[in-house]
Amino acid sequence: MADKEIKLMKGNEVIAHAAVRCGCDGYFGYPITPQSEVMETLMELKPWETTGMVVLQAESELASINMVYGGAATGKRVMTSSSSPGISLMSEGMSYLAACELPCLIVNCQRGGPGLGTIQPSQGDYFQACKGGAHGDFHLIVLAPASVQEMHDFVELGFELAFKYRNPAMILADGAIGQMMEKVVLSPQKPRRTDAEIEAECGPWAACGKGNRRERNICTSLELQSEKMEKINQRLQTKYATIEAAEARWEEIECDDAEYVIVAFGSSARICSATVEAARKQGIKVGLLRPITLYPFPAQAVAALAGRGVKGFLSVELNAGQMVEDVRLAVAGKAPVEHYGRQGGMMFTPDEALEALKEKLLK
Amino acid sequence: MSEVEIKRENLVYDKPRLITDDVMHYCPGCSHGTVHKLVAEVIDEMGLEKSTIAVSPVGCSVFAYKYVDVDWVEAAHGRACAVATAIKRLNPDRLVFTYQGDGDLAAIGTGETIHAAARGENIATIFINNAIYGMTGGQMSPTTLLGMKTATTPYGRDAGLNGFPYKIAEMLVHLDGATYITRQSVHTPANVRKCKKAIRKAFENSLAGNGYSMVEVVSTCSSGWKMSPVEANKWLEENMLPYYPLGDIKVSELPR
Repeated sequence: MADKEIKLMKGNEVIAHAAVRCGCDGYFGYPITPQSEVMETLMELKPWETTGMVVLQAESELASINMVYGGAATGKRVMTSSSSPGISLMSEGMSYLAACELPCLIVNCQRGGPGLGTIQPSQGDYFQACKGGAHGDFHLIVLAPASVQEMHDFVELGFELAFKYRNPAMILADGAIGQMMEKVVLSPQKPRRTDAEIEAECGPWAACGKGNRRERNICTSLELQSEKMEKINQRLQTKYATIEAAEARWEEIECDDAEYVIVAFGSSARICSATVEAARKQGIKVGLLRPITLYPFPAQAVAALAGRGVKGFLSVELNAGQMVEDVRLAVAGKAPVEHYGRQGGMMFTPDEALEALKEKLLK
Repeated sequence: MSEVEIKRENLVYDKPRLITDDVMHYCPGCSHGTVHKLVAEVIDEMGLEKSTIAVSPVGCSVFAYKYVDVDWVEAAHGRACAVATAIKRLNPDRLVFTYQGDGDLAAIGTGETIHAAARGENIATIFINNAIYGMTGGQMSPTTLLGMKTATTPYGRDAGLNGFPYKIAEMLVHLDGATYITRQSVHTPANVRKCKKAIRKAFENSLAGNGYSMVEVVSTCSSGWKMSPVEANKWLEENMLPYYPLGDIKVSELPR
């Protein structure tokens, strides 16, 4: 076995390397801070000369998400990346992707909002990512990386889940994870799927030219008969229920004996792991529950902790309190649930999170 | 009605093989049906049934996918050229074309259209210009003529109030990536034949990798224009064609 390929890289750069290495067929993007390194790195890597991957700078986020839609409709592994304001522009396309059940990967390297906001990190798009974020009843599969290594790993995982469920998947990162440099173990290069492999996997639905199929494939989200449209809605909801039952992922740190549990994802979770250490040094039994999938939200893990008598939960987020609603739903009144967060691109320290926990839950 | 049996040797016209049996939703006199027929014939004659991916828009031709028997991707309103860009780049050996109306292409989809043309994407666009939003009930479109009455210009389009119409085909001429731009119509049999040749040329241009092609078809919307099909054809000739003159606008090679 070859030695592991270990590099020091930015989270955004790693997204590009991971995309090429996992056999991605196409990337379509538009520059926006703090994630522009994704496309810059891809252009430098020139994967069209090696794996045959297409990389295209589009004229807008509207165009890039619709390019993703077009590529996905032909069964290809395609992706885009952007940051919060750009993701808002893409939301129309996400609704169409979900409606047509097209697999793809979208990376949101969040910055502070609303509006143009700031280019500094934020987690203000939790609602947008997890609660649909565009018109119609739909869900994205949402992964929340807390390290550069997870930025790498979630590219392949995102594609895997997207194709397994024929559903768009999102990596909900933030400016901190995108910009920070860390050690990362790169995966070996995988070939892109051949046309025959795509036909085998996506033949029943991909509109890639009839070829030798007898029946043609049509990719559309239009159904004007309400009776039929409701059936489509129900089929989608059944799929989401399957995803909720099977795909929730989370990490528990020192939760076994914890009396208080911090729930945090992404860069917030990274900071809060130090909060747990600081609290334990002071004799306060604090644990950290880190949701890895935000949709599906690991409600069962939160409920289990609440069920075994955790005295209080603190949802720590870089926003005014969004995930806290899902924590409250899961705790279902069994214990107090509070929120602590910073906004506008401001981060908190481990001690500030600990002070918030003491003030809100220990008093 | 009794069925009349026509002997094969006496047959002068038949339904194109690739037109499906779905009942078309288009109004009597509408140009869409004729252009669909031409597209289906050209795909069949070029032997591209199995290697074509069509992209249709939002508007009257939102159901275009029902009628021509090839793989089809429906795009969000205005985004057809972006959708087609990726399809073609990821499937370079396929014929990829968009089929769009004036509201879809020249209003909400202006950006996607111009940038696909500017990049020289090897796709073709069939552009149905009937100067009105047909599907939503006859509102003003960017190509509505001055003075023309629509649901949102009930007293006639006024330049001061509603702005001027524009010719997107002529605009595209200035782009290096756009190599075949032509304007046709289907209001007479002779024009139908010319239009078919243009569609074939556009598809050939795409397959040759010679950049972006557009066949604008100046079309009628008898329902939206509130005219009989015959009156609409006459009105098209007297009013639309002076402003949107027919013929090739640009035929060139992609700069290398």
